[in-house]
Amino acid sequence: MQARGALPWPLTVPAAVAAAFLLVPLVGLLVRAPWRGLPRVLATTEVVQALRLSLLGATAATVISLALGVPLAWVLARSRHRGIAVLRALVTLPLVLPPVVGGVALLLAFGRQGIVGRHLDAATGITLPFTTVGVVVAETFVAMPFLVITVEGAFRAADRGYEEAAATLGASRLAVFTRVTLPLVGPSLLAGSVLCFARALGEFGATITFAGNFPGRTQTMPLAVYLALESDPEAAIALSLVLLLVSVAVLAGLRDRWLHAGSTP
Amino acid sequence: MNRAFLSLTAVALVLTGCGSSGAPGTSAARATSASPGVPSAPAVSGTVNVFAAASLKEAFTALGTSFEAAHPGTKVVFNFGPSSGLATQIASGAPADVFASASTKSMDQVVKAGAAAAPRDFAKNTMEIAVPPKNPAGIAGVSDLAKPGVKVALCQAAVPCGSTAATVFGKARIMVTPVTQEVDVKAVLSKVSLGEVDAGVVYVTDVLAAGEKVKGVVIPADVNASTTYPIATLPKSTNAVAAQAFTDYVLSTDGGAALAAAGFVKP
Repeated sequence: MQARGALPWPLTVPAAVAAAFLLVPLVGLLVRAPWRGLPRVLATTEVVQALRLSLLGATAATVISLALGVPLAWVLARSRHRGIAVLRALVTLPLVLPPVVGGVALLLAFGRQGIVGRHLDAATGITLPFTTVGVVVAETFVAMPFLVITVEGAFRAADRGYEEAAATLGASRLAVFTRVTLPLVGPSLLAGSVLCFARALGEFGATITFAGNFPGRTQTMPLAVYLALESDPEAAIALSLVLLLVSVAVLAGLRDRWLHAGSTP
Repeated sequence: MNRAFLSLTAVALVLTGCGSSGAPGTSAARATSASPGVPSAPAVSGTVNVFAAASLKEAFTALGTSFEAAHPGTKVVFNFGPSSGLATQIASGAPADVFASASTKSMDQVVKAGAAAAPRDFAKNTMEIAVPPKNPAGIAGVSDLAKPGVKVALCQAAVPCGSTAATVFGKARIMVTPVTQEVDVKAVLSKVSLGEVDAGVVYVTDVLAAGEKVKGVVIPADVNASTTYPIATLPKSTNAVAAQAFTDYVLSTDGGAALAAAGFVKP
């Protein structure tokens, strides 16, 4: 009975260290937070702008990732083409690529002098860097692979039997996808979206490199935190606190549905 | 001619005297003695961590190499970045031995935090407009930066290059709305050299260091502004001897010559 109840210390001790390591910095943030000055910092236009831009950008990036990433995940999961493994490796590269490198790559592709951006500028006069659209582009580039990889795994694991049954009952391939396959991978879709949103919300390197930094237009919360640390550390802590709260809210808001969805087949 | 030479030597000697232990670094000492330098009391060796303003990158990298050559067994490790950011890092205990700031404000911040003492000014820098080699927006002067549709990159206001640029705009009585406020002056320069912006306001030294990658548009003296660079060894340094030697080297005539070659002026 004891053997069953007691946890082996070689596991519990490192587990405790890991938990402490992950939580202590957050405690530090809470302890050092200038609680009294918080309303003053949070009411400033720059903070309101940055928060609005962050939520807007991350939402847009998640919507685009869903619209484009889910079909990509489906193709990666279902295609029998030989080159698909290479494609999978390449499109998930931003997962491991340092975001700053991603930002440089985006500049060279979609910048005013970039291989694509040059023609876009010549044809329409539109340039992406230093615009809010540029922020969304940077965030989508970094965050979409999280959604793709999560949903692709679900597509692979999904029971093909249901799809085949629907097909034999006369459903078109598109109907099978929207009415059968998508509901099957629902929990992963949600999990992938949350991961994607969270990654987009925290995105820093690609954003500051590709979209630059201008309050109200491209300065998202992470940029505001980083830059505030140089001039006004108290404000940086306050901003970090807000970002922490938003993250907790996102997790808490989805936690119930996520767990619930995960426990039902 | 002879007198000029003598007075130069005198200046060198005086400067050497100012820097307490910088004797082996001066040109006079090196030129006259082929055998390894003048024996100074404590041996200069080990690693010196120098936190320096981004605009000092090229000049200090060159200075570091010649310092290492003059003091075998030493290694100078640089951390270049925005002075304001470096000041925050040092105040929060970053392991630095020397701090070279692009403004007295950032240095004062460190002094106030008790992390530096007795800073000394070693250089001055003025601003210049950097444009891509083809100058797509046809920038010819400061007032062109205020034109609508011209994409300008500036340093953010907390960084010395940002506040100095703001002084220039104030003197020129213009309002410039940048498309981006970059982290440090080198980030502004790279946005210009990549052709992503039409112009950036950087230091004279940055335009010089960038070579062919950008073109400079001079800001006339009557509207131009400058910033002063102080340097200090940090009391918490774990290698105070080498830190002092490097600081003295920067303040020496050799150091001054290297800085002048990079476009800096005397403080």
